[in-house]
Parts: sequence; C-alpha cells; structure tokens
Amino acid sequence: MDLSLSTRTVSDHTVLQVGGEVDVYTAPKLRERLVELVDGGARKVVVDLGKVEFLDSTGLGVLVGAHKRLRAAGGRLALVCAREPLLKIFRITALDQVFPLFESVDAATAAGADGQLT
Amino acid sequence: MATVRLSFSPEPAHVRTARLVGVAVARRAGIGGDLLDEVRLAIGEACSRAVALHRRHGLRTPISMEMTDGPAYEVRVVDQAPADATTAGAVPDLAVTPAVDAIDAPPDGLSEEAVAAGMGLTLLASLVDSLEVRRVAGGTGTSVRMVWLPRPTR
Repeated sequence: MDLSLSTRTVSDHTVLQVGGEVDVYTAPKLRERLVELVDGGARKVVVDLGKVEFLDSTGLGVLVGAHKRLRAAGGRLALVCAREPLLKIFRITALDQVFPLFESVDAATAAGADGQLT
Repeated sequence: MATVRLSFSPEPAHVRTARLVGVAVARRAGIGGDLLDEVRLAIGEACSRAVALHRRHGLRTPISMEMTDGPAYEVRVVDQAPADATTAGAVPDLAVTPAVDAIDAPPDGLSEEAVAAGMGLTLLASLVDSLEVRRVAGGTGTSVRMVWLPRPTR
C-alpha cells in the first residue's frame, strides 16, 4: 500500500493523518507535506500515525526534521501512535523521549490546549 | 544454498518489493507473529542502506539479496559500493544511538539522511538475532547478514 496523507484542523491544531507505508520511497512525500504545512504557518502540528502499516528510519528522519523545523519556528510537533510495533521503533531509537506520543488525536490536541506541549 | 535469490536495481521503489519477498520467504521458514514485523523492518533497513550507498556513489549496478531457509532464517544483502565512513571497519559501531544527539544539533548540522542512517543501524542491531556487516571478500561492497531463529508465536 502506498502512502496516504490528509490534513484537517482540530481545535487550532493541524492534524496530518498518515496511512500506508512510510519508507525510503514514500518518505519524501511526507517531508514535502510537512514542509508545506510549516511554511503555510502551522505551528501546533499533530501527525497521526494510527493508520501507518510500516515505518522505517527514513520516516523517522522526516519526523525528526519536522520537529526541528517546527521548534525553530516556535511551534511543536506531537505524534499519535498506539500500535505496539510502531511504539517499539520509537523506543529502540529513543525517539519516545523526543516526541510527545499520544494514544489519540483528542489526547494530543487536549495536551496542546493545556499548554503541555509548549 | 540460498532458497530464494533476488537482484534489484538501486531504486527506492524496489525496497518495498524486497521487503515483501523477504517476509514471504520468512513465513515459509516458520517465522511468524511479531517476529515477522521485525524481519520486515530489518530487511527494509538493510536494503535502504544499500540503495542509498549505490546512489551516493552513482552506481547503477544491482543489489543482491539472498534468503536461506534452514534451522534459522538467514538473509544476506550485498551492495557493491566502495568503502566509506560507514563501512570502513569490519562492523560499524552499532551501539551508538546518534539519533537523539542529533535532535539538538543545529538545523544545518546532521542532515535528515544522516540521522536516518544512524537510526537505521540502531534498528538493524536490535531487530536481528545475529547481525554481521563485513567487506565482500576480494571485491568491492559490503555484505549485511541477518539471522533469525524461529520462536513460538506470541
């Protein structure tokens, strides 16, 4: 399955829902979309990985890049990820200590509204 | 002797094909459950690394992958890229986790690609029962050999 990307706004957060496989072939499309969002003024960004079936180090690199870009612009990146195989990847690479990880989009936007992400 | 042998040109799009074949053969070798996810990711990382090396050196020669179904499931991914910083030693330092350090590097510091490559090696080292990275004997390139032992499905 190829990559799918869709953006919506949930209580002043930009939520990017990602589906399918994020790998060395599809990651450039994800990077492009995240750069567009940040360039377009998005500052509270939630990337929902709930429908991601595969994520490799290239995809992690793109998320790290978005995190840095947002932080430089005074923004924040949060991730929604509840599936164990994906969580394991974040633990192995210690990125679970870098990204705020949430079980749902609601939990991520509520944390953002409470200022926990700032 | 290899059960299945695959050769593919160094295109990112073919890495998915390599993963699919590698996982199909792993199933035949009795690998199941969560371990299949680890096999899928490790093969993807090894093949992505090989594709990136070929592209960095402008090589159009194919990458080869061999899967051997025995008491253990063995996958070997062989590139033809000349030695560089990541392959100069017999085995790169797989214990390092540069990803987290890189987060605080200035934006013009480590590139996303370098961050990804470091995390790729970290993932490879943790997902494989036995990992061996070495120069191809008498030739140019490196061989990444990954071995998994079948275990009861969780």
